[in-house]
Amino acid sequence: METLKAPETLKVRVWRGDAAGGEFAEYAVPARENQTVLDVVTEIQREIEPTLAYRFACRVGMCGSCAMEVNGRARWTCRTHVRRVARPGEVLELRPLANLPVIRDLATDMAPFFDKWARARGQFQPKDAGDGAVPDDFAVVPPESKARREADAGIECIGCGVCYASCDIVAWNPDYLGPAAMNRAWTLVNDVRDGARGARLEAVSGDAGCHSCHSTQSCTQHCPKNLDPSSAIAGLKRSLFWDSLLGRRG
Amino acid sequence: MSLDPRGRSHPTYIAFILHRVSGLLLALFLPLHFWALGQAIHGEAALEGFLRWADNPLLKAAEWALVVLLALHLAGGLRVMALEFLGWRARQKDMVAASLGLAFAAGVLFLLNVG
Repeated sequence: METLKAPETLKVRVWRGDAAGGEFAEYAVPARENQTVLDVVTEIQREIEPTLAYRFACRVGMCGSCAMEVNGRARWTCRTHVRRVARPGEVLELRPLANLPVIRDLATDMAPFFDKWARARGQFQPKDAGDGAVPDDFAVVPPESKARREADAGIECIGCGVCYASCDIVAWNPDYLGPAAMNRAWTLVNDVRDGARGARLEAVSGDAGCHSCHSTQSCTQHCPKNLDPSSAIAGLKRSLFWDSLLGRRG
Repeated sequence: MSLDPRGRSHPTYIAFILHRVSGLLLALFLPLHFWALGQAIHGEAALEGFLRWADNPLLKAAEWALVVLLALHLAGGLRVMALEFLGWRARQKDMVAASLGLAFAAGVLFLLNVG
């Protein structure tokens, strides 16, 4: 049988434009045995199109800044090998993350995403010491306790925005807090040292909060850290349900 | 917004679509259902006439589709209730498969009892 020779060039369609609009531009880069999508974008910018805007920092899946839409799906480009998303000869299609304002080309403005973390009361509020003061003693939180395990399950989020860009509800309702902010809220609801449970649950309830989630679970499906924001949102719904039913909401 | 299928072709998204579409189709059927029940008000004969007319193969096939839709919507709803109230993190795809299995079984059971 004749072995197929790998094509020597990789065709890439890159969305170019800004907040006002844009269109795809086509580039061809050398196809290599081992290349990540971020390598491809960097090669285009360094060798062909110096004005191409994109964002990256660590290149090893720690910072979460290089997320883009690769062939229709939000991913970390630094951790995505080209051969995993495009068969030999197939075109690679790159767009900026969905559901966020585009600054230019592949770089999006992440401000609305992080503003929603604040709106979901994503900041830790010590129970024993108000106004950011340091508590007198260390809190002991048994690692096996249910609340600790729930908090641990979501704590590794690095805020890359992949879940947010994959969420249909954010696309339908721009006010919707989104998976990452509510995942953060759920870790804090389960943090026994935190004193803002009531206000936080209030912040994540209603039309722009957990009650709008349709559990399509695209967030969970696409999270590069294998976190489960969908279950975190279900947890918030559950807490709000029982708190409302038992009259525990102030 | 775009609805690019490439990021949405995973089991729980398909389960969401099936749940939505089955719910909508059932809602569309409801007026017909109430109308048929309303025939009973006009006396036994009117309802009987309608039921006899409904006893043809085409209507039977539609009835089968209705049973499958109901089973799909019921099983899908139970799945959503389970994931929201029981907090099961693991085996979400198995839950989708189980709910589809239930709907399939209901469809087969109906076909076995037809005629």
